[in-house]
Amino acid sequence: MLRWFRLLLLSGCVCIALPAWAADAARGREIAHSQEKGNCLACHRMPRDAGAETAANMGPVLENLTARYPDRAALRARVWDGSRFNADTIMPPYGRHRILTEEEIDHVVEYLRGL
Amino acid sequence: MKGRWFRVLVLAAASLPMAARTAPPPDPETDRQTLVRFFEARFPGIPKDDYVLGAFMVNPDARRHYEDIMSFPPFEVDLDRGRKLWESPMRDGRTYAECLPNGGERLAGSYPRFDETEQSLVTFEMLLNRCRAASGESPYRYDDRDTMGVLTAYARTLSDGMRMDIRIDSPGARVRYEAGRALFYRRMGQMNFSCANCHIDNAGRVMRMETISPALGQATHFPVFRGGDALYTLHARYTRCMEQVRAQPFPMGSGAFNDLEYFHSYLSNGLPLKASVYRR
Ligand code: HEC
Ligand code: HEC
Repeated sequence: MLRWFRLLLLSGCVCIALPAWAADAARGREIAHSQEKGNCLACHRMPRDAGAETAANMGPVLENLTARYPDRAALRARVWDGSRFNADTIMPPYGRHRILTEEEIDHVVEYLRGL
Repeated sequence: MKGRWFRVLVLAAASLPMAARTAPPPDPETDRQTLVRFFEARFPGIPKDDYVLGAFMVNPDARRHYEDIMSFPPFEVDLDRGRKLWESPMRDGRTYAECLPNGGERLAGSYPRFDETEQSLVTFEMLLNRCRAASGESPYRYDDRDTMGVLTAYARTLSDGMRMDIRIDSPGARVRYEAGRALFYRRMGQMNFSCANCHIDNAGRVMRMETISPALGQATHFPVFRGGDALYTLHARYTRCMEQVRAQPFPMGSGAFNDLEYFHSYLSNGLPLKASVYRR
């Protein structure tokens, strides 16, 4: 009985932890490119995306990200708060400072994984 | 239990000033020289005086474009408006040239200056407003392009070629300099950037389509005319940069911006002043 209860509780937690949205690369692209939202092109070039118009070189070129970050959560963490990896980073902490919502970050990560 | 936490807190608090005491801020001249060497290493072979060109100094095409525009500046009309204000007598019949030391020439490069009597900073703009006050005129607003903006756009040209000569020679002056320095290195806004992050760490790199200028030389040539005709005072440019990082800008002419200008202008000591120039 107790065991069933624990299982129920556990599955409940899993449900809550799962986002209510499906990550969408096209929306992620819009957010990443928009100057009002991600403004990633201010710093990063994305040579795999022909429409990503920028001459920026403040951050590394973004490409091959799925190969370099097989773990999606690790890639997401870099966008959420880069200062956890480099305390002196200039990359804005998109999650920690709520520049983007959790949902928006998921879309952006989906887009990044295609680069 | 409570006592223990309290002690930990007191200890933590006490350790802060201690750390500050063991690492005093560098004296201004050492600090400036360090920065000069940093930029020399990043931009080898660039003549010292070229730093007044800002972002144009690293891009020959952009520089040629700048020189073309400067040979026939589209903002000549604004300078003429400024000259008219400059030459018009104020309420008591005096002109700015009569009010200012050295007729207002070869002067702007030693401002901001720390006024020992008032124990506060005086910017070149404030100096002009002091003349106005002494003549019974009301002050111009520091964010008004049509009065203070065009007046200084002209008045500063009278100091063209003067080597920047900002002095920090009293404890009171040093306090204002340190406040400006702290502001320059403080991260701010939702984007979490300091001025130094862009204009030191990333000087010469490209942000989207725009090359970022080095901090050295930035305070030598204001106001600028962006796009050839939009007048930006130095404080208007500070405002723009703070807006870019989504920080709440300080008001133009505020104490905070004056401190920043003092530190920022000191960095350019020895560079030739060149007022009212074109910028992208
Ligand atoms: C102001 C500059 C700036 C902006 C804007 C910026 N970044 Fe970055 N980004 C950097 C820098 C610099 C790094 C290098 C990592 C570091 O600083 O430690 C970086 C690193 C990264 C990395 C890790 C890359 C790697 O090769 O491991 C990813 C992924 C990334 N950024 C994604 C983004 C996304 C997505 C956005 C927009 C939503 C963005 N960045 C906006 C400056 C920026
Ligand atoms: C996110 C990056 C960024 C930050 C942070 C930033 N700036 Fe800028 N700044 C720029 C860019 C881009 C330009 C336009 C290109 C140029 O001339 O450097 C600029 C231009 C300027 C200029 C004009 C230079 C010229 O010759 O016309 C000054 C002065 C300046 N910034 C000062 C500051 C100060 C002071 C701060 C801090 C309050 C600051 N900036 C913060 C990016 C930044």
